[in-house]
Amino acid sequence: MSTNETEPAPVEEPAKDPQEPGRFDGVLREIVMGNAMVAVLSVLLAVVVGSLMILLTDENVRDTAGYIGARPSDFFSAVSTAITDAYSALFRGAIYNTNVEGFEGRIKPLTETLKFSAPLILAGLGVGLAFRAGLFNIGGRGQMLLAGAAAGWVGVGMDLPLVVHLPLAVVAGALAGALWAGIAGFLKAQSGAHEVIVTIMLNYVGYYLVFYALSKQGLLQAPGSLNPKSEPMPESVILPRLLGDRFNLHLGFVIALVAVGVVWWLLNRSAMGFRFRAVGENPDAARASGIDVGRTYITVMLIAGGLVGLAGVNQILGTATSGVTVDMDAGIGFDAITVALLGRSRPLGILAAGLLFGALKAGGFSMAAAEGIPVEIVLVIQSLIVLFIAAPPLVRAIFRLPKEATA
Amino acid sequence: MSTTAKVPVPIDESAEPAAVPLRTALKAPILLGVVTMLVALLIAFKARAGKTTFRLAADTDFFDLPAVTVPSTATVATVVVLLALGTAASALLVSRGRRTPLWLIAIFAVVAMVGFLAWAAAGRTVPVVGLLGGSIALAVPLVFGALGGVLGERAGVVNIAIDGQLLFGAFAAAIFGTVVGSPWGGLVAAMLAGALVALVLGFFAITYFVDQVIVGVVLNVLVIGLTSFLFGQVLAENPQELNAPDHFERIPIPVLGEIPVIGPVLFRQTILVYLMYAAVVIVAWALYRTKWGLRVRAVGEHPKAADTVGIKVNRTRYTTLLIAGLIAGAGGATYTLVSVPQFGEEMTDGAGYIALAAVIFGRWDPVRATLAALLFGFATNLSGVLSVLGSPVPSQFMLMLPYVVTIIAVAGLVGASRAPAADGVPYRKG
Repeated sequence: MSTNETEPAPVEEPAKDPQEPGRFDGVLREIVMGNAMVAVLSVLLAVVVGSLMILLTDENVRDTAGYIGARPSDFFSAVSTAITDAYSALFRGAIYNTNVEGFEGRIKPLTETLKFSAPLILAGLGVGLAFRAGLFNIGGRGQMLLAGAAAGWVGVGMDLPLVVHLPLAVVAGALAGALWAGIAGFLKAQSGAHEVIVTIMLNYVGYYLVFYALSKQGLLQAPGSLNPKSEPMPESVILPRLLGDRFNLHLGFVIALVAVGVVWWLLNRSAMGFRFRAVGENPDAARASGIDVGRTYITVMLIAGGLVGLAGVNQILGTATSGVTVDMDAGIGFDAITVALLGRSRPLGILAAGLLFGALKAGGFSMAAAEGIPVEIVLVIQSLIVLFIAAPPLVRAIFRLPKEATA
Repeated sequence: MSTTAKVPVPIDESAEPAAVPLRTALKAPILLGVVTMLVALLIAFKARAGKTTFRLAADTDFFDLPAVTVPSTATVATVVVLLALGTAASALLVSRGRRTPLWLIAIFAVVAMVGFLAWAAAGRTVPVVGLLGGSIALAVPLVFGALGGVLGERAGVVNIAIDGQLLFGAFAAAIFGTVVGSPWGGLVAAMLAGALVALVLGFFAITYFVDQVIVGVVLNVLVIGLTSFLFGQVLAENPQELNAPDHFERIPIPVLGEIPVIGPVLFRQTILVYLMYAAVVIVAWALYRTKWGLRVRAVGEHPKAADTVGIKVNRTRYTTLLIAGLIAGAGGATYTLVSVPQFGEEMTDGAGYIALAAVIFGRWDPVRATLAALLFGFATNLSGVLSVLGSPVPSQFMLMLPYVVTIIAVAGLVGASRAPAADGVPYRKG
């Protein structure tokens, strides 16, 4: 840590958002003042809208609505069946499955939720950290792909014992993600090139670069294969399962939790994090007070890319170990933006948002399988939650709540 | 809500003085020099024997231009000499304290492209008309999207939701084009769908002061979710009744359409392309030459001042945003009312983000943004054409090219671009 700065005093956030996460009294006050209430109501509103969409497109509901005048009871029972079925499937997929025997089987959905949330948290931290320094990192996809390819290359290209091989692959992935995002930071610092353009473009460049490596023998393509896919990962780089072989939950979730802690410390307790936030609040003022803004851009993008890279590593070495492909990012790079927004770019917020979206993802798949409801309903609910949470006055107006006491 | 997710649109951070600093000015000759070297390397290390033919004719011209056949290596060598001269001219200008003019860079780029094609297509024929005409067709949604983006941002509202507007437009066009039974119905529906997304954007960003970047990103996700959900639940079951619109036919313009090269490229297109020409001209004119445009720009640069002289800031932002939505929505119609009249999930494939890049690349100017969008269209089409011709470069690198060029251009030539001063800042009266 550099010594040319005074120890950062705990910085008060701008007036409308007075609570630092992690301060107990702050959290308590927030609940009392009703910001947490807004969050809960936002989720409720989003779920209501989601339910309406399910109802409007449900065949039974539409059929019974045709003779609602004659037999309204049919209509209402169709409505309640559609809703109960959908949400109980969601619950069974995300938290606790009452339909199978044995505690292990019943609790498995919860571990699936944690598994899905790990990459969302990691990538969300990467996007959120950049936000805090005033940078918009839309490049999650490219960073994840590059990281996955690098980790996969170390994985299949070397033959080492697990204690060396696994850490090496993880670090290689994180480094690749960091460098890929670092390009955007470097160009921003050097020439003022807009990071939104550069990260979007790097997504495409990274995609085709990895595609090329995957379709070239001797680079990443599985020997003798014609498909753009690498060999499966060997045992020595696969992230260990946390709860035994019956559960898919792997060490990636622990990595995500550690990352939350590290980023929290970085942002709230370190001089570097102070510089990030200072640049994010006002780059001109930061420059005037002696902060090297360009260097801060580069550092923050390197760290952000490393975090997003870990999400890619989590996929390739933990969740989808059958080999590197060009769609291994599974949209997480973009989901991460909503996670960061919902978590208000704060590490603990991102943790909570990642868990929520992980649950929706796990539940969404089960809802699609059991009820035939397209899994995209989850996207709708997710985006509505973020929208409503971002507009507390709207939510208050809808529920006729009093205005925020502190406003 | 106040959030630390700061609006990432740049406030002119480096605050460069009006006179061009040497370091910035030097970028152009250095970049041109690098390109010259790269083209020279092509013949130095991987010279290709044979002749390259540039086919200039289309079938129905007044008269047919003969195809131009040139020896590959000699052409590239000539091109390298020309490029070296261009670099020298740029260096000379910079050494005299001037800036490299845009036309010089444009000519340089065209010459470099000819050299590259002569090398890549050695022994084969380059269909020049198809290459350029296809580029225009591919650029249509990007141009519409970029125009919508420029308008919104000039009024001070960052529009990241271009992708959502395109996708929702495409979706509405498919359904209403089918139900109404005419592509015109589809086009109107697409425009209204784009405006609807804009209205939601305005509702949250202008009325509720929500961070515009957040609303934009979230609206994109929302539209993807909504359209994919409805596609899976409704469209996929009744494709004939809901997802089979009539499409616009090509309309050759008499006389103009028969000029060699230019005619088939520009004037034998669908009505959407002609609407695009009109939209570019009208937006540029309206923004710079009308009272309304002056107000829009005032609201985007200094809302307080605008308010002081009696301009209704938020009302102006709303109307501008709605017009922008209509335009972007029309771009979405190109996906479902032209070549493949059918909606598919996430069919815009992030084109709205490319349009956003064109907005910034084009420095928030409608004409420059249009040119940037055309550049993207050209690069995409070029990679397609070359992969058909069987170029020696792996197809992935060809496909990568437009994006690499953009990064180089943004970092090297455009540099720190200045957004409208109040871009992304909600206006609270009082």
